[in-house]
Amino acid sequence: MSKEKNLRLSGLEPLIVTSESNFINIGERTNVTGSRKFLRLIKDDNFDEALSVAREQVEGGAQIIDVNMDEGMIDGIEAMVKFLNLIAAEPDIARVPVMIDSSKWEIIEAGLQCVQGKGVVNSISLKEGEESFIHYAKKVKRYGAAIIVMAFDENGQADNYERRIEICKRSYDILIQKVHFPCEDIIFDPNIFPVATGMEEHNNNAVDFFNATKWIRHNLPGAHVSGGVSNVSFSFRGNNVVREAMHSAFLYHAIKNGMDMGIVNPSMLEIYDNIEENLLERVEDVLLNRRDDATERLLEIAESLKGEKGKQRVVDLTWREKNVNERLSYSLVKGITDYIIKDTEECRLTFERPIEVIEGPLMDGMNVVGDLFGSGKMFLPQVVKSARVMKKAVAYLLPFIEEEKGGKQSFSGKVLMATVKGDVHDIGKNIVGVVLSCNNYDIIDLGVMVPFEKIIEEAVKQKVDVIGLSGLITPSLDEMVTVAKEMQKANLAIPLLIGGATTSRVHTAVKIDEHFNIDQTVHVLDASRSVTVVEQLLGKKKEGFISSIKEEYEKVRVHHQKNRAKKQMISIDDARSNAMKLDWSTQEVFKPKELGVKEISVTTEQLLDYIDWTPFFRTWELHGKYPQILSDDIVGQEATSVFKDAQEMLKRIANENWITQKGVIGLFRANSVNDDIEIYGENDELLYVQRTLRQQIKKAAKADNLALSDFIAPKSTGVEDYIGGFVVTSGLAIEGKLADFEADHDDYNSIMLKALADRLAEAFAEFLHEKVRKDYWGYAGVEDLDNSALIKEQYKGIRPAPGYPACPDHTEKIGLFELLNATERTGVELTENLAMYPTASVSGWYFANPNAKYFGVGKIQMDQVEDLAQRRNWEVDEVKKALSSIII
Amino acid sequence: MKDIKSILRDRILVLDGAMGTMIQRYELEEEDFRKGWFENHEQPLKGNNDLLSLTRPDIIKEIHAAYFSAGADIAETNTFSGTTVAQADYNLEHAVYDINFQSAKIAREVADEFTKNEPEKPRFVAGSVGPTNRTASISPDVNDPGFRGITFNQLVTAYKQQVSALMDGGVDLLLVETVFDTLNAKAALFAIDDCFEEKEKKIPIMVSGTITDQSGRTLTGQTTDAFLISVSHMDLLTVGLNCALGASMMRPYLQVLNKNSKFGVSAHPNAGLPNEFGEYEETAELMAEQIKDYLDEGLVNIIGGCCGTTPDHIHAIAELAKKYSPREIEENV
Repeated sequence: MSKEKNLRLSGLEPLIVTSESNFINIGERTNVTGSRKFLRLIKDDNFDEALSVAREQVEGGAQIIDVNMDEGMIDGIEAMVKFLNLIAAEPDIARVPVMIDSSKWEIIEAGLQCVQGKGVVNSISLKEGEESFIHYAKKVKRYGAAIIVMAFDENGQADNYERRIEICKRSYDILIQKVHFPCEDIIFDPNIFPVATGMEEHNNNAVDFFNATKWIRHNLPGAHVSGGVSNVSFSFRGNNVVREAMHSAFLYHAIKNGMDMGIVNPSMLEIYDNIEENLLERVEDVLLNRRDDATERLLEIAESLKGEKGKQRVVDLTWREKNVNERLSYSLVKGITDYIIKDTEECRLTFERPIEVIEGPLMDGMNVVGDLFGSGKMFLPQVVKSARVMKKAVAYLLPFIEEEKGGKQSFSGKVLMATVKGDVHDIGKNIVGVVLSCNNYDIIDLGVMVPFEKIIEEAVKQKVDVIGLSGLITPSLDEMVTVAKEMQKANLAIPLLIGGATTSRVHTAVKIDEHFNIDQTVHVLDASRSVTVVEQLLGKKKEGFISSIKEEYEKVRVHHQKNRAKKQMISIDDARSNAMKLDWSTQEVFKPKELGVKEISVTTEQLLDYIDWTPFFRTWELHGKYPQILSDDIVGQEATSVFKDAQEMLKRIANENWITQKGVIGLFRANSVNDDIEIYGENDELLYVQRTLRQQIKKAAKADNLALSDFIAPKSTGVEDYIGGFVVTSGLAIEGKLADFEADHDDYNSIMLKALADRLAEAFAEFLHEKVRKDYWGYAGVEDLDNSALIKEQYKGIRPAPGYPACPDHTEKIGLFELLNATERTGVELTENLAMYPTASVSGWYFANPNAKYFGVGKIQMDQVEDLAQRRNWEVDEVKKALSSIII
Repeated sequence: MKDIKSILRDRILVLDGAMGTMIQRYELEEEDFRKGWFENHEQPLKGNNDLLSLTRPDIIKEIHAAYFSAGADIAETNTFSGTTVAQADYNLEHAVYDINFQSAKIAREVADEFTKNEPEKPRFVAGSVGPTNRTASISPDVNDPGFRGITFNQLVTAYKQQVSALMDGGVDLLLVETVFDTLNAKAALFAIDDCFEEKEKKIPIMVSGTITDQSGRTLTGQTTDAFLISVSHMDLLTVGLNCALGASMMRPYLQVLNKNSKFGVSAHPNAGLPNEFGEYEETAELMAEQIKDYLDEGLVNIIGGCCGTTPDHIHAIAELAKKYSPREIEENV
């Protein structure tokens, strides 16, 4: 797999010079020392046009462009940096490598720091001695560029064959041996000097060059030869016909001798075979120093040829023949600014209103750009360029649009952009900023890691029309949801755009849209689409646009939910094999002090300390945590007032025995068999089989697919385990009181009483659970938790209620009630729909295992439904009906 | 211990997988990013993962160990954003030396422990040098395409600090990765060369570019070939690609590197493309299946994973890589 040592250069694309390569043209027009026009453009700070010079050269066939800013009146470093940076933003120029040309090292170094590709330094030499030659060569190597070495040493420029090869050989040896410079990256410039100057010592200049070239190519392995060709015809300035012939003939011979690249003006190059015979002969006489009178003979015919025009480069302009819309589109896609004003004007005249040019053909063009980008046929720098062409067109149309509006200078809208908190990536956001501002939007860029507070504050302060959020990393997706929620809270009704690498239409539709309904949130696929979206959101078409987005997002959501849910589920078999597997040989299992069923009664006073007040306030639509809610700025006063009334009523409930509290608990021996829990009586007879449901959602590594049965020792372990059940109510005997209130139309006290009864029932359950833990079962003898710790469920063991997340199956209540004979003992009945009556009642199971925890079963699949039907010996349809809300 | 260059001729080496994906699993909070180092820092630091090498070295070591156990030969230090340029967003420029030094040190400790237990499979530490969040070749300014948010020299200064600290911390090699702007990478290489000269010590360098999309180009517009040429002036251990694409989408560009690189070739693709919620779902098996194509074609010398990959992925890849011989590298390199 050995590779030929070729010179490899690069711009955005590679340029590889092999032994089979044709001659490499180096463009010379972007050189202030060689082009008066370019010099003037740089001096006048007209970089736009200076760029077109570069572009013309590349289009004209230059494979490398030489850039030189060596002029006394120019700040060479500044001009070099600016020009190279601008080139980097022009993909049709930047695709070729750059040759950084200067006699000043500082300018060369500044240039090297601007090119991402591998360019060429032009040039270094032994002029200032070996030490600085080595120093510069090392630097060039470190920057990663090829190098042109001039045949120049401490004694001056090489002006004959011997000096040329001597200096080149010495330079080569130093580069190879001392700098370890790759030989293929060395390019010699053995000095092209003018011929036919009238001075005899110049007559052999071209021949010496040819011979030196040949020697270098034979004796200095890997090295290349280049040179500034136009020098050779210096004495015929002003006579392009002769100059072109000389260049072509010179190149013809130089290439034959091994010159493989050169600085030429491709538009100043006649084709060798097309040179008129007589002229060619006289030119070659001069170049090859074939006759003493060669110079005179060339001068003789030169006079007569002077008037003729040089060769003109032909640009393909066939696209100009298309209709104006297509031309605009072409300019946008290709990033051509030359005709954009003209075409925009032509287009403007065909529309009633200037804005329609933007909304119509220009937007169409940008959409083509978007499509090409989306399919990988354009790349980013090209898109940015298209946006700049767009900018020119829009800038041209603006005065007309403003005139229509009464002469007011105005932006089309104000867009706030920010990379969300926690994220520092802003490249994409900046590009969107460029594209939008090119379309006359005022951009307020808040930068990176912007918290929602700042976004909202600035949006309000600056009265922006749209907010655009950006982010690249995954956590930014959540942060965007937060911003949407906060905007909703702050009632900031302006469109919200979402963009960035990890964002998506689905995420926006599913996760963001639902939190933001006071205006529209829109996912923007890429920068090229941002203009169309903003345009529609701020224009007359807003309503139509929004309703189509809404419709689209709804479809996305429905589709997503179906797919997603399915994708995230696992089979019941897989879920079972991912059950929580406790090591029962080491688990502590407590035997309850007393097995069997027991009736419990309490007084209201006993329950007061166990009341969780927060849900009480929720009944009154007062949101906040107790006790902080009492001093809340907004709802504090009202909360305090209902709380006071509640306390008063509680006293009366207690003193006047408004409520009868009744409860029953049962503690039993139990073992699990797969997802079932078998509950046994005193004589090991099977009393009841609780059929638990198992989570089927796909879990992250290390997380289990839980079912309540996991918390009970499997029968196969031989470990004797236990389970409990309970039913409590605080709702008995309040019917009469409620009827009294209602008869008085005293809704307030009626609601108050119901709410308090509910709270007391919950408090009863809490009270009883503590009793069970500490006393009846007794597994948590030393537990000492206050009410807030109880509310936070810091106790050991759980008491999940049928119909709630851990056992969503309401039908389990039937078994629980039968097991405890609950209706008879407490008066609580199950309605047809398996609700408890009185409503202020609570029922549930007790699990004592320290690993037991509250969880939600979530959605389940049909395979579990079928499995459950079989376990229960029910019809599948019956089970399906009972569990319909959780089946996927 | 045999040096990595010679091992690379004998077998395919396995690079570790994603750091960020693993850190996410720990569901860390703001305080984890501050502990003992930045308790009173005025800005939120959550998400600045490099800091964890200082504040929760236990976690970072656990992740390195998980990858080594899965079969990785090379662990990357947790220093992807360990430059003053990247840390400036958090006002933590002053923490850069510590981040790099400690990250290198803890990775070194874990690697040495594994090497001790398995001398026939020495483990290496690669100092991760990220792209920063600035581009030297693209203007961030709307109206001025000639403007630059950062200069080459600023990057060189920042990279030099990072590389110097990584070397002080004991890394075996350097990995300039996720190159989306080749000029940034050239600045990193410039800084590395400078550092080598100052320290009079050279260690192997890996460079890994990022082809961002189907255009087959880097963010700044270079083709794979142009990218390769632009970084080939340094004596590299490998040139490769990582991030942005899943394994199968990366293959055509690796073929380009395989054909034209005189250095070794590395690849650490993502676990597919992220889904709509930014999660990577491609399983280890699926990814390994695509990597198998690389190995059948003999495209790579070093193989690993980027975003979304986990020890499971690396394990699957390592098991596969064992069965293949590496891509041939030219003798003169």
